[in-house]
Amino acid sequence: MRVILIFISAALVNNFVLAYFLGLCPFLGVSKRFDTALNMGLATTFVTTLTAVTTWLINRYLLVEYNLLFLQNVTFILAIAALVQLVEMFIKKTSIALYRSLGIYLPLITTNCIVLGLALFAVTREYTFMESVFFGAGAGVGFTIALIIMSGIREELEFADVPKVLQGAPITLLMAGMLALAFMGFAGLLSV
Amino acid sequence: MPPSDRTLFYEFKKGLLLENPVAVMLLGMCSSLAVTNQIKNSLAMGLAVVFVTIASSALVSMVRKLVPGGVRIATYIVIISGFVTLADLFFKAFFPDISKTLGPYVPLIVVNCIIMARAEVFAAKHPVAASVADAVGMGVGYTWVLLVIGAIREVLGSGSIFGLAILSENVFKPWVVMVLPPGAFLTLGFLIGFINYIKSRKEGIE
Repeated sequence: MRVILIFISAALVNNFVLAYFLGLCPFLGVSKRFDTALNMGLATTFVTTLTAVTTWLINRYLLVEYNLLFLQNVTFILAIAALVQLVEMFIKKTSIALYRSLGIYLPLITTNCIVLGLALFAVTREYTFMESVFFGAGAGVGFTIALIIMSGIREELEFADVPKVLQGAPITLLMAGMLALAFMGFAGLLSV
Repeated sequence: MPPSDRTLFYEFKKGLLLENPVAVMLLGMCSSLAVTNQIKNSLAMGLAVVFVTIASSALVSMVRKLVPGGVRIATYIVIISGFVTLADLFFKAFFPDISKTLGPYVPLIVVNCIIMARAEVFAAKHPVAASVADAVGMGVGYTWVLLVIGAIREVLGSGSIFGLAILSENVFKPWVVMVLPPGAFLTLGFLIGFINYIKSRKEGIE
């Protein structure tokens, strides 16, 4: 039961993009069209879940075991970079179609703060293994939801008459603000 | 102007407004929004980023001829995360309460695109002095935007500045939304819009 609460909390209540401001670069960068947003979201969810597994294992059996916690940042970021590279190679070998649709987004995910952020959050909150996995998946799903909603709004926005100085980034940020307000409505959903 | 004519001062100055990392190039958004609910946090975060940018730009510039092209990104990441760990441990040791409020956003400087971008775009191709000047400019440019956002959010959201109450409750009811996540998005959106407005007026005059 607790894992489901953690999942919902990471995906909706404490949405990584709109409540923790993580992953804003891709959120602003690839939210222009619906299908790219969906592909980016799926690729990120895949990586966040795998990262949660990997970093949990590294933290538990390497860093805590040998009292190397000060190396957390360095090892986590290297593990994430290596993981993304491996995933890219694996997808390229097994499914060319999937590689074509996700391929270009994978390298970008390394620098997505969500991935490193969730690894660090999972450590500070002392999640168990299963909790970390659901936390990682929830983070990815939350990112996907935010990205898809945003891309929908931005596709409509093409027809709107935006003042010249607000075009581009400013109006996107203002809309993200509105979206964050709306997501605050989920706050009463559960109390974890 | 050709690169050889560029003075160190020019490299420093361009980060302040013309190529401001946050307001113009939209880099490093995560941290600039997450920690700016109080001006104190903005200052701490800004200083941490200034330190990491200068140190890693200098080191990247020093080793730029030794590192083979294929592994340069990995090298930068290790250099940057080393300095970020230093900053993180420094906060933990000397300012534990600030370290607590900033939480994982200090280690997250590793994936702050500003530092990576400066390493890749500038420090890897320029001598040490120019790289340091560039890094100082970028760091200061980042910090002042953070301070402005922090000041706006703290004044409107809690009616205080640096934790001192300046607006009395009777005159001004604080807008709680400004210290919450939506306030950060709205403030930065309007700030960038305002900078665009100033720039467009300047171009109109010239």
